[in-house]
Amino acid sequence: MKLIINGEAIDVPERIRTVADLLEHFQLNKKIAIVEVNACILQKEQYATATLNSGDRVEIVHFVGGG
Amino acid sequence: MNERYSRQELFRPIGKEGQATISAKHVLIVGAGALGTGNAEALVRAGIGKLTIIDRDYVEWSNLQRQQLYSEEDAKARLPKAVAAKQRLVQVNSEVEMEAVVGDANVEELERLATEARPDVIIDATDNFETRMIINDISCKYGIPWIYGACVGSYGISYAFLPGKTPCLHCLLETVPIGGLTCDTAGIISPAVQMVVAYQVTEALKLLVGDEASLRGKLVSFDLWNNQYASIRVDQVKKDDCPSCGGNPTYPYLSYEMQTKTAVLCGRNSVQIRPAGKREYDLAKLAELFSDQGFSVDSNPYLVSVSLPSHRLVIFRDGRALVHGTKDIQEAKAIYHRYLG
Ligand SMILES: [Zn+2]
Repeated sequence: MKLIINGEAIDVPERIRTVADLLEHFQLNKKIAIVEVNACILQKEQYATATLNSGDRVEIVHFVGGG
Repeated sequence: MNERYSRQELFRPIGKEGQATISAKHVLIVGAGALGTGNAEALVRAGIGKLTIIDRDYVEWSNLQRQQLYSEEDAKARLPKAVAAKQRLVQVNSEVEMEAVVGDANVEELERLATEARPDVIIDATDNFETRMIINDISCKYGIPWIYGACVGSYGISYAFLPGKTPCLHCLLETVPIGGLTCDTAGIISPAVQMVVAYQVTEALKLLVGDEASLRGKLVSFDLWNNQYASIRVDQVKKDDCPSCGGNPTYPYLSYEMQTKTAVLCGRNSVQIRPAGKREYDLAKLAELFSDQGFSVDSNPYLVSVSLPSHRLVIFRDGRALVHGTKDIQEAKAIYHRYLG
């Protein structure tokens, strides 16, 4: 499936169906992140059920603490 | 005629008028590490009226790769970062009034700094979310904007929080991230620091000249090594029932408990211990006490560093101590109490 992630067209593996899958794929599942799909921010509880479709625009920003 | 700010005045969104405004403003920077030194130098060069900078640590060799205000001399002398930063900043721009605070950015201290000489903007240059949540509650309670910044590896993130307008950090995070998220083993490259500093200083300048319409208004992140950039408008995340910025705020992170506080320092194999209540040590006497017991002691006017058999103990005048050589809070507490009561 082709997604637009942070502005870039990226081919993700077929097994990725939900936002939770995608975060795990990028090893962000244990981090605190804000995820936007097609200009709409998702609640954390929605990650496991929010399915992704080819062409979706996804923005992911994760929090870090260092400074 | 002073030409110092001529290039900044030629920049239209600032101009002579904006420069005059900037020169009357006060910025509080919390932390004098990589982000703190970068922000401080840029804002002092830009000619703010007053800078307050607070930090609990001292300069070490591993800081010099990215903490731009410090020199080898500072590391050799183990100067407190706030002191070393001020020394350099005064050389950079003697027109700026400067207050350097060697101490822990805890509730009491931050509330004092926010109310005694009310800053116009607070810049976050800390390395942990516990302090950021305190800054966030202070910001909400006293109506002072603050600018979040953080980085690790080649990744960075920033956002300007405006009380009453944007969501607050509490709205965005819900829970305070702990452990692995802040204590990063991934290292850091200085361009990631500089990029975050660029975002923070630019938003600060917009706020200082009163150009709120130009604020980015988005949570922004980048990865310089992997060539990525992302930004999200987070307005809709603002929660009406948020305990920090909602209709009935309780400012949960400002409720102060009188107890010994400990913190594991990022990537340092060190624990900070802050005793309950106020202490005031005579450092010369303390140094003598330790050397009388046969320990090798190093000291300067701000701290005493004692080499114990398997740890190094650094004690500040206010009773704060860093126990180097452990990440174990219980072990660190035991060492502290054994030597300092
Ligand atoms: Zn809030």
